[in-house]
Amino acid sequence: MFGRLTLEALPLYSAIAAGGAAVTIGGALLVAIAITWLGAWRYLWTEWFTSVDHKRIGVMYIVLALIMLLRGFVDAIMMRAQQAMALNSGGYLPPEHFDQIFSSHGTIMIFFMAMPFMTGLINIIVPLQIGTRDVAFPFLNSLSLWLTASGAGLVMVSLVIGKFSTAGWTGYPPYSGAEANPGVGVDYWIWAILISGVGSTLSGINFVVTILKRRAPGMTLMRMTPFTWTALCASVLMAFAFPALTVACGLLALDRLFGMHFFTNAHGGNMMNYPNLFWIWGHPEVYILILPAFGIFSEVVSTFSRKRLFGYESLVYATAAIAILSFTVWLHHFFTMGSSPNVNAFFGITTMIIAVPTGVKVFNWLLTMYRGRIDFHPSMMWTIGFMVTFVIGGMTGVLLAIPSADFLMHNTTFLVAHFHNMIIPGVLFGYLAGYMYWFPKAFGFALDRKWGLASFWCWMIGFYLAFMPLYILGFKGMPRRMEQYNDPSWQPYLMVAASGAALILVGIACMVMQLYVSIRNARKTADRTGDPFDGRTLEWATSSPPPAYNFAVLPEIRDREPLLDMKERGVAYQRPAAYQDIHMPKNSAVGVVMGGLAFVLGFAIIWHIWWLVVACGLAMWIAMIARSSDDDSEFTLLAAEVKQIEDARYRALASQTTSRS
Amino acid sequence: MSVMAPTTAHESEAAETHEQRAFGFWLYLMGDAVIFALLFATYVIMVNNTAGGPAGKALFSLPNAAIETALLLVSSTTFGFASLCSKTGNRGAVLAWLLLTFVLGAGFVFLELREFAGLIAQGAGPDRSGFLSAFFTLVGTHGLHVSMGLVWILIMSGQVMLKGLSVPVTSRLFRLGLFWHFLDIAWVGIFSIVYLPGLL
Repeated sequence: MFGRLTLEALPLYSAIAAGGAAVTIGGALLVAIAITWLGAWRYLWTEWFTSVDHKRIGVMYIVLALIMLLRGFVDAIMMRAQQAMALNSGGYLPPEHFDQIFSSHGTIMIFFMAMPFMTGLINIIVPLQIGTRDVAFPFLNSLSLWLTASGAGLVMVSLVIGKFSTAGWTGYPPYSGAEANPGVGVDYWIWAILISGVGSTLSGINFVVTILKRRAPGMTLMRMTPFTWTALCASVLMAFAFPALTVACGLLALDRLFGMHFFTNAHGGNMMNYPNLFWIWGHPEVYILILPAFGIFSEVVSTFSRKRLFGYESLVYATAAIAILSFTVWLHHFFTMGSSPNVNAFFGITTMIIAVPTGVKVFNWLLTMYRGRIDFHPSMMWTIGFMVTFVIGGMTGVLLAIPSADFLMHNTTFLVAHFHNMIIPGVLFGYLAGYMYWFPKAFGFALDRKWGLASFWCWMIGFYLAFMPLYILGFKGMPRRMEQYNDPSWQPYLMVAASGAALILVGIACMVMQLYVSIRNARKTADRTGDPFDGRTLEWATSSPPPAYNFAVLPEIRDREPLLDMKERGVAYQRPAAYQDIHMPKNSAVGVVMGGLAFVLGFAIIWHIWWLVVACGLAMWIAMIARSSDDDSEFTLLAAEVKQIEDARYRALASQTTSRS
Repeated sequence: MSVMAPTTAHESEAAETHEQRAFGFWLYLMGDAVIFALLFATYVIMVNNTAGGPAGKALFSLPNAAIETALLLVSSTTFGFASLCSKTGNRGAVLAWLLLTFVLGAGFVFLELREFAGLIAQGAGPDRSGFLSAFFTLVGTHGLHVSMGLVWILIMSGQVMLKGLSVPVTSRLFRLGLFWHFLDIAWVGIFSIVYLPGLL
């Protein structure tokens, strides 16, 4: 009846694991009680969960990302604490538990923090920047969100029922195979990734079509904003790289479920095929995450330096070059696998080549700032912090690209320091810059500057304290993922690293404070113009938050910086002569229902509850067929209703201008 | 389906919607092609990993693979006729061709399942060796696609019957056609990379 699910699945094997489960359940209960107390269930369901509006879907993605950032950070600080104290002792975490923590930390930060954060920002901003009313496939967008959420849900549930994988976030066989790892941990990892991976593939397709087919009249490719360009390249990569992840994890699942021999030790398995398949997805994934962040930095630098982006075209070509080259470097993740020197040399050289277009971009940003009137908004600080720090990570990356050097550093904390040095400043700082930059667009009031700056400095200094010691430890030969060690000369460095993690904790607390203070002051800092930073691109031309249809009349684009161009011609914010009826997609519950079913399906496969697998599979088919046979998925917003909404906007705009002058 | 220029803004909007769906579907197919490409690559590197078990030569039957190929290629042609008839608005003919396509596709799936059952019965199942894991997964993934295509053909036949050849229905029929022809191409790959080298 319940497959291999028994009462023993409860995490009573250690007090800390039980505590983690209690916090998870308690947090979920607390949120549920708060929503019930506020009587907000119906509102959430009709206005948010079933919404197909790209802006609301984007906000939900980012809420998911921030929750998972907290969870992933708790894992991080637990590891740092363990390593700081585990000299010649077991520390406070048993090995089995420590292994789960580093596996879930990586899995969560990549798949359920960075991916949803990026998809959320693209969702909110790209349709506004290209001047369209919605994405190409609004329902598919909702489905993608809920598939991602159900993957995240599986990772969270593994805290309470059963265990998570101990095989690291990359899940290399044969250790992740059924023979060495018979429990449910690796299955949780596989199905969380497979389900959310489908969501990411669909998002990629959705945004390629949206950006290529739905731009406002006059917006040629070379008039698209840098963020839209990077979103386009990242979406192409998502559509074509995620299938490789599906294959890698799918074959591993076949090995585990049906005793196949793709990656097993015996019976003709080829375990070295797995890293190839995994990193054919994995390296483009690095650029899926980082290209949109580069786009955000470009927007922020231009806005807060009050200058047109320097070398726009070179930045666009660099982005496209990176997107293509990202498919040619995957083998540098396993130089030590034993390929011939020629193969390693090939991938070493492609890896060094891909650093060149990235370097081009650094000069784009620097020269945009040069002689600009710089406003040190928190977003700008994240950008500057990124530039300084990222260059260091880039250099250690080129060092690792030399196969012979990589043999020495492979699997040491040097590598851990390197990729955190790319991903924290490159990806996370970028998304946080975007979060603080576009928050007023999404909600109509700005985030507090002071707390934003405080958060930035804690993150920035905390990052250096936490990761620079790991470079040194890597040179000293410390392997990654050590639960305990016996070399006393390592401990001081690990203590510094732990203090860095503590400082980052303060930075996160500042972000929470920033949100609280900003919401408290929302009435005072409300922005009625929709353009708080004197913006240059189209998203600032509409109100904040934008109406469901984004633009009452689709704008005519004449320049790469359309809003600045309109302001200069004196035609910005002009009331159009007449409005027309607008066709909008209807909300749909199918997306959230499918997400829920996917969650149960994944859970049932993990625990071998086969009748439930069949039932969920059938239910998903029926839901999908019903949805795809529906010809009536739109409704009409009448011109008179549009006029009403727009009139209110122009009244607010007028009152704001008079109160300003 | 008429080829007249769209008259109202809403009609041109609808035409754009269907064009976007077709483009999106092409992208999905390209992603699917990546899946097949990696399964092909995996098969090629594992083809000799028989672990003391049977190799392709002892297992595959050329007549069976040839009949499967014929069924699938002919079904692609019959689907092409269904597409042509949908352009002239001949509902009965569309249904007839779809039905024929379904029968041919079902015949293909039947032969494949019979082949799989035979292999498993003689102890050459997917858990016997790395080679057989790769074989069953590559060919089975294709077979699964064909089976889903069959369900889709049934659904579209129902829609043609109940809703007629409306614009949304013909646009779905077009995407189903892309899917069906794509599976043909994937099968040509399987025939030339799995069955022919295995037997010759």
